This record gives sequence, C-alpha cells and structure tokens, in this order.
Amino acid sequence: MPGLGARLGRGGATTAENDLGNADCIVIMGSNMAENHPVCFRYVVKAREQGARIIHIDPRFSRTSALADHYVRIRPGSDIVFLGALINYVIGNETYFKEYVQAYTNATTLIDPAFQDTEDLDGLFSGYMPEEHRYNAETWQYRGTTRQGPVMHRQFSSMSYSQRLGGIEGSWPPPSDPTMQDPHCVFQIIKRHYARYTAEMVEEVCGVPREEFLAVARAISENSGRERTTAWCYAVGWTQHTTGPQVIGACALLQLLMGNIGRPGGGILALRGHASIQGSTDIPTLYDILPGYLAMPNTFDRHETLQEYLETETPTTGYWHNLPTYMVSLLKAYYGDRATAENDYCYDLLPKLSADYSTFPMFLAARDGLIKGMFVMGQNPAVGNMDSGLMREALGKLDWLVVRDLFEIESAGFWKDSPEVRSGAVKTEDIKTEVFLMPAAIVAEKDGTFTNTQRLIQWHDATVRPPGDATTEPWFIYHLGRRLREMYAGDDSPAARQLLSLDWEYPLDEEGEPVVEAILKEINGYTVADRKQLPGFAACKDDGSTACGCWIYSGVYPEEGRNLARSRVSDAGYSLGWGFAWPANRRILYNRASADPEGRPWSERKKLIWWDAEQGRWVGNDVPDFPVDKAPGTPADPNGKGLAAQSGADPFIMTADGRGWLFTPSGMRDGPLPTHYEPLESPAGNPLYQQATNPLAKYWPRRENRLARHGDPNYPYAVTTYRLTEHHTAGGMSRWVPWLAELQPTFFAEISPRLAAEIGVKNGDWVIVSSPRNEIEARALVTERMQPQRVGKRTVETVGLPYHWGYSGIVKGDAANDLVPLVGDPNVSIEEAKAFTCNVRKGRLERKP
Amino acid sequence: MATSKGFLTDTSLCIGCKACEVACKQWNQLPMDGVEWLGTSYDNTHSLGATTWRHVTFAELPGSGGAGAQTNWLMMSDVCKHCTHAGCLEACPTGAIMRTEFDTVVIQQDVCNGCGYCVPSCPFGVVELDVAHGPAPTLAGAGHDGKAHKCTLCYDRLQDGLEPACAKACPTDSIIFGDQDDLWAHAEKRVAELQGKGLNAYHYGDEQVGGTEGVGRLGASFILLDEPHKYNLPEHPILPQDHTFPGLATMAAAAVGLAGAIAWALMGSEE
Repeated sequence: MPGLGARLGRGGATTAENDLGNADCIVIMGSNMAENHPVCFRYVVKAREQGARIIHIDPRFSRTSALADHYVRIRPGSDIVFLGALINYVIGNETYFKEYVQAYTNATTLIDPAFQDTEDLDGLFSGYMPEEHRYNAETWQYRGTTRQGPVMHRQFSSMSYSQRLGGIEGSWPPPSDPTMQDPHCVFQIIKRHYARYTAEMVEEVCGVPREEFLAVARAISENSGRERTTAWCYAVGWTQHTTGPQVIGACALLQLLMGNIGRPGGGILALRGHASIQGSTDIPTLYDILPGYLAMPNTFDRHETLQEYLETETPTTGYWHNLPTYMVSLLKAYYGDRATAENDYCYDLLPKLSADYSTFPMFLAARDGLIKGMFVMGQNPAVGNMDSGLMREALGKLDWLVVRDLFEIESAGFWKDSPEVRSGAVKTEDIKTEVFLMPAAIVAEKDGTFTNTQRLIQWHDATVRPPGDATTEPWFIYHLGRRLREMYAGDDSPAARQLLSLDWEYPLDEEGEPVVEAILKEINGYTVADRKQLPGFAACKDDGSTACGCWIYSGVYPEEGRNLARSRVSDAGYSLGWGFAWPANRRILYNRASADPEGRPWSERKKLIWWDAEQGRWVGNDVPDFPVDKAPGTPADPNGKGLAAQSGADPFIMTADGRGWLFTPSGMRDGPLPTHYEPLESPAGNPLYQQATNPLAKYWPRRENRLARHGDPNYPYAVTTYRLTEHHTAGGMSRWVPWLAELQPTFFAEISPRLAAEIGVKNGDWVIVSSPRNEIEARALVTERMQPQRVGKRTVETVGLPYHWGYSGIVKGDAANDLVPLVGDPNVSIEEAKAFTCNVRKGRLERKP
Repeated sequence: MATSKGFLTDTSLCIGCKACEVACKQWNQLPMDGVEWLGTSYDNTHSLGATTWRHVTFAELPGSGGAGAQTNWLMMSDVCKHCTHAGCLEACPTGAIMRTEFDTVVIQQDVCNGCGYCVPSCPFGVVELDVAHGPAPTLAGAGHDGKAHKCTLCYDRLQDGLEPACAKACPTDSIIFGDQDDLWAHAEKRVAELQGKGLNAYHYGDEQVGGTEGVGRLGASFILLDEPHKYNLPEHPILPQDHTFPGLATMAAAAVGLAGAIAWALMGSEE
C-alpha cells in the first residue's frame, strides 16, 4: 500500500474504526462502506448520531449514500481531479492547518531546481524515459541530496518500504524555507501543480456541479484544524485504477495539509476487502516483499550477498535504519540453527526475483506454457481475476492444478462447465490439466488470527473439527513441506537445500495438526539461546541471537503464556486491551502529531498523547508512536543515524526526515505528486494534459486483452464493478450458502432509466454487456440510483456490475470480471476494474444450459 | 412473570444489510425460499412467510431526476408485530398460538394442525402455512410440514436470557430488543430527535399515534420516515372481527332490500 506508505511511512490504515466516533466529519469515497463493511459502518452511524457530517462521493447511489448526509455523484476514474481541487481550495482559501504543515510535513523542504512539473511538461514529470517506460527520479530529490540505493531504475515494480522512505544522502537536515515562499519549496510546487484543479474543472471532468464540490470543500475546511477533525474512509473504489496508489496518495496529501493525521477523529481508514487482507500484506502472499515489508531480494539491485542487501536496503536516517536486526532475525526464524554468521544466515537460499511475478504475468506465463503447476488457495481466479476468460484459458494449459476450497468453485470445475465449454468454443477433452480438488476447513474449524483494517491482530479458536477430509491451511502446508523434505532427504542440490535447510519443526497435536499458537510465538520472535519470547521488535538483534518471523508483529506474544491477540478487554477509549495492533499496540499511527511541536495537545477537545515534563515521557490515551522518552525539544543530530537524525518534533518516524511527505522524492514510480490521468478505457478525454493516461501504466498486449480507445463509440458507457453485502468477493464462500444465495440470486447490471429507454430495455429484461475482451449476459436492474452525468460536452452513462457470480454454485450468473482489461498501475500492479468501458444491448447469449 | 419484551426497529439506522434475515434463518434453521431474482430493488425474498421471519424491504422512491438529484431509498426490516390483540391467536381453534410469559405471540408447532385460520386473520400478512412452493428446502429439519409458522421472537433464546438472533446481529442497532416500557420511552425520545432534524419520523405501532386500530400496541414496533404503505405496512391494520359489523350491516340491509323486493313483487302480482 504505497499510497499511504510512501507519504506517511506505513502501508496501513492510520486509524481504527472505533475512532470514527471522534470525527466531526467523515468523507467516504472509493468505498461502499455500509454494504461492504457493515460492522465498521456502525461507527459511522454512531458519529452521525453524535452530529458528525457524513459525505459519500461515489459513481453509484448505494446503501452508503442512503445513510449519508450528503451524496455526490462522481464519474468513475476522475477522483484525482476532485481531490486535487480540494487541495487547491484549501491552499487558495488558506483553510489548511498552517502550523501543522510547517512543522510536520516536507512543505518547507526545497526540491532540486531542475525538477519540472506536469504543468511544465503537459502531463509528464521531469526524468521521463519513454523508451524504458519509466522515470529517472534524480530531479525529484531534496535539494543538495542524492539517493542512496536504487532510484526506480527499472520497469520491475518491486520496491521495498525502506527504499521508498529512506536513502536520502547529503547535508542534513535538507535545506528548507520555513516561510514556504521559495518557488522551489514543496508547498509552492504543490500550489502550482493543482492550480488548474478548480471547481470548474471538477464540473467538467468529474461531472459534479460546482456547488456540490464547494459544499464538500467547505465541510472539510470547517471540520479541520485545532478543534475539529475530518476522517476519510476508502476501499478498492480508489485502489483499482491505473492511478490507484496515487488517488490514495492525494488523500494522504490532503489530510496532511488539513492536519488530520495522527489525531483523534482524523486519519485515513483503508477499508480492507475481506478478513485478514491486511494480514496478507503484513505477512505477505505477495511476491515482492518478505514479512514486515522487507524487500524480497532480486537480481537487479545490489542483493547478491546479505552484506550487499543490507547496505542497499538500510537507510542512514529514519526508523528503517534498524532493518538489519529485522532481516537477520527473519532468517533465523526461517532457517534456525542452520543460519549462522559464517553462512550469511542462509541468505543465499532465498529466491531472487528476476522479473515481474505479480498475478497477471504469472497467469500469462501459465497461458504460454511456462508455468506447469499451480496451487489455488483462498482465491477463485476463474471468475475472480481480471479478464477471467483469459485466466480460465491459462488454467487449462497447466499440467496440474491443486484447488483447496470449501466447494467445487469455478477454478476447479472450469474444464466442464465454463462459458467457453458451454458455447462450444472449447472442448473438455482438449483440456489436459489434472485438477486436484481438496476440501478446506472454514474459519470456525481452525485456530488462528485475523489482522483486519485497523492492523488489529485478533485470535480465534477452532470450535469444531473440520468435517470429513477437510483440513486447515497449517495442516496442509506443514505436511506438504514435511513430505517434500522427506522426498528430498540426502539431496544436496540448491533446490533441495532450500527445503531441507528450513526450520520446519512445529509441535503437533494428537491429530497431527500443527499448534498454531507456536507459529504466532515464532512470528513474535524469541531469543535463540533460551527460547524466551521477545518483548517487542526493539529487542531484535542483527547478530543471530534473536529470531523473529515478522518484526512488526513483535510484542503480540511478549512472554510465555501471554497471547495478546487473545486479549478481550474493552473500554470507552481506544480499547488498548482488545487484541494487539501492530506496531507495538499503537491504535492511531503518527500520534506524536496530535500534540504541537512543544508537546502540548493542539486542543483539549482533540488531545491524544502529550509530553509530561515531570515524568520525562510521552503519556496519554494511546501507545505513543514515538520514542517514549524523546523530549519535544530534542534537536536533530546532523550526523546522527536512525531516529537520532530526527528531532523531538518529527512525528513520521518511518520517513528519512521524520516528516509527512506531501511530495514524494521517492516511493512512487509514476511521479511525486498525484496527477489526473484518465483510465486506459474511458468515454471521455483528459482536458488537463496532452498525456491523457498514466505514462507508466502496465498493459499486457494480447489478442484477448484488447482495449477500447478513449471515446470509442462501440463502447460508449463507463462501467464500474463492485460487491454487494449479500455475497463474498467472487462468491466462493456465499453462492453455495442457501441463506446468502437467495438474497441476491443472479447477476444483474444496474442502469439508469435514461439508458434503459435509450436501448429499449425494461427492468428485468436480459441484456448483453460487452467489452473488447468478452461478452456476458445479465438481468437489467433499472434504477434511479444510477444517473447519467454531464461531462464536458457529453453525457456519460455509468453501468454498475456486481462481480459475485460464476457458473457453479446454488446461484449462478456470468462473471463481470470477464469484461475487465488486464492492465495494472506501475506501483503495485493493481487492476483497473473500477473504471473501464462497455456497451449494453438487449438480448441473451447463445449457450448450452 | 417476566416483563413484556419486544422489538423496536428504527429504520433511520437501517443499512439494509440483511444480517437480521440471515441470523434469523440460521438460528431457527429455516430453509431458503427460492432463488428467483425479482428485480425489486435489492429485495429477492419478497415478503415475510413460513420460512422468512425477518424480511428487509427496499423502497426506491422517485427522485427529481437530473444531476445531483438524490433518490430516497428506504430500508426496513419487517417482522411479526406480536400484537396486543393478535388476530392469529384469536382465530386459532386449537390453542396452538399462545401468548408467552414474555407477552410475545408464539405458535406451538406440535399443537398446530395446519387449518390456516390464522393466515387471513393477521392484518399484516405475517403468518403463512409451510406448503411446498418453489424448490425443496435444502436444510434438514424444517419446511413443508403444512403448519403455520412465523417469528417466535426467539422464544428459546429468551428463555435462556439471550436476545433474539436478529437484534444480536444488527450492526447499527437498527433493531433493538428489550422491555416494552424501555422501548416505548426510547421511541418517544428518538422520534423527537429525528423530527428535530427535520425528518418526518413517527412511531408506528403506538396506538396513541393512530394506525393500529383494533390490534392495539405492537410488541414489535417501528420508527418510520415515510407513510406506512411505502414500507408495505397497512395504514389501518384491521382485525377480522372488526370486519364483521359492516358485514352484518350489509346482510341486514340486504335482507331489508330483499323483503322489500318480495313485497313489491307480491304487491305487483296482486295488481
């Protein structure tokens, strides 16, 4: 999540759901929170009842809009114009929180005079290298500093957090202008960058009447500052664009300007899509990071040896300076006694990335016969991935496929009842993939933890044993590893060494089930000599004396018999005794910013932590996200390492300079400031720049992955995909459950009455929805909740497609994902499912039942 | 004797998530009704019935159209009203329908003979006989027994000191369970608060406000933001026996008329 991480320091929500009750205004944008996070939404309702203003900005009037005080309809894919115009408004009207901005952000920092903005280069920043499809970010740096380590020197998207946030070399602290008047200071650059993002531009690009925009601008202005705070909530409605992380970054920029980060009732709540998605990036299922957001070694950077890796990855200043202690402790957790100082703690056994191994390239490689086998666990790519027809084709090229799930999901049964098989385009006998469908246990049948939106680790116990042959993931992975190790015993090839060197000893219960609490204890970390639990990540060492499976989780199991994830003590405040929030049980990140530079709360009403001079420590209602005894007046040491290089008034401890980054000298591959680019497919053009789309957007040219050009009359409508309360993602956990299946029994397309009239369709009729990738059929739900918008000189209709269905289960329907293009943003390869184009016509597709 | 228990469903807090509907079916092990897509906003279970004891109604009221116009989308979780004068209970010839120690109305399944008199006697259309319609139920132990079924206000949970499953599951506290006196006091306060915000809120189920006529106070009442019929609720719920007076009057009038006609005919014949 570099959208937040590259500006604030950590890729996670800065706040917690229950803090929304402290907000004076809540803006929900890029999220249908009431429908997809109904339990979280409880706190929005609570805030509303206490008098907070609730604003929902979305292309669709949803159940969230129905509960909001103010709904604003926005055209899909135009979010940065809206957010940029808010930035322009608060700067122009001086409603931003000036003291906060001057003290806690890099607004005052001077940038290299050679930097050129998109205003100068018509949609490009300086350093663009078209032949290499990337930027050289040299001119984006703080004046007089250079980058230590890599500066986005390749198309390959992997970039670790230590690289994004650290690595500034040069005179310290970097030069600045506290008055923010220097034309090269960040504040002035931002002012110029967003000068054309006006209420009029919002009207022209977003289709939002200017009065409605101004009402939002006034609301956030009136509800920010010393006495009041505004919180923002977003979900994948912001993420799934070729500018996704930049949209989120625009919000981080705005919230920093408004002084709403690190304070009660402020912050940015990144609503995660389903249970433990936060956990799945903390201890990642991603290809390019190791647990705790450490870089996965690769063949492009200086990563040959552990020494080189640590030199490359460890910045001089900021909290990431401690990186070697986390990396060595992780290797000790992986390889146990086999990891020694002499053998670089088995660093050479870690695979080194040599290409983009994100999801889409992986499936394309399978489609091309380069990948022979695949495990699919907790996913349903046959209907859940983008351009899912292409995904099914890829699955059909594998030699073998293991699917572990609760039911026979589409990814397991694609060879017999996919739309291609039913239309006759593909014959079952031509698919050679051997499919192993293995039953999986559901959550109530296994011990484990969830890490949800608010970074909160919560333990759950198994209440029943899984039925029949169903097994838990720990059981499956542990025994698979054990059997492989037995098969490879005695082999000393490099591949076998990778398996055999692992510390694969876990206690088992009487049924052979690994004791999951033992895994959590390893994640927390321990001292190697006496197997004592570590009290927290500060205790990690780089000399091999500690092991720690994920440094940011350290402290969750701080001593024998004390599993804090299990703790359930709640109170009227931040409920610090309920579960354990990473890092170090801090609930509001960057909470040093809740106090002024001298350490006093900005206001009594919004106090959170403050400096107690008598005790000589930070005290208050949350765990300080700051060295607890570092006084506000502590100066930055110009020669200091780590946090010593930052002063007692620098709240963003993860960045190199301790400041919140309005301008990102590194960390975002496609530019230091969020800029409006149209989606790759759009019914409209880009009136702001000649460079209409993100110049670094990823696209995989394939016959099956054609794109419609901007304004293509064959695909005249904007389309956005989404979820409903009643189903779970691509439906694997809900379409087989009768009580959920009956609530939303088939695929439908939501269209406006005007569009329905235009294409001669009545409510309930069948329609065919087409994109250059595929055609699908749906029932038409004609509703006034969908409305056309006036965008420039044209009227844009938006079609809404919930993506829950597939060709198996109690309830069936076509998969909206069949239509979505295979494109990605340059930072995290996220798809663009929230804004592309389609056509709609009355009728049905010809297929066998 | 336990105190009177009931529900207050505050539609101003409802997000239409249907957690109540699912929690009810799960706790009471009710089968799904069928998988027909209805095209009526987000509602596909249609109405309360033998196997749907909580039902979320969605009403999309027409907006004024054009850019920025807001649709008024009402959501309401409907349920058996557990009436003070329950038509179903009064019509039941076997005594299967009883008033419990919690002042709720419950059908004893082992006594019900499936006669169906209760069905038309409910002014809200809540009670239904479980006869086969649509696909066969998929969950064991329930369905198609030909008997009358409806919300029990989780009688079994109440006996164990637990709140009903729907209220427990409601994430926004739109459904509140509690003592009737407390619910009434809360409703009064809440209605005043909502009216203070300029909303057209009122308490449906309070005989003082009108609208419940012969059924008296509703054990499960509602805070509504628009006219009752927008939520598929009757403006004037009437018990069958209250139809009998106009019925008798019509019969009497008919008798008089008939007698007159006969008399006229007889007189005519005499002419």
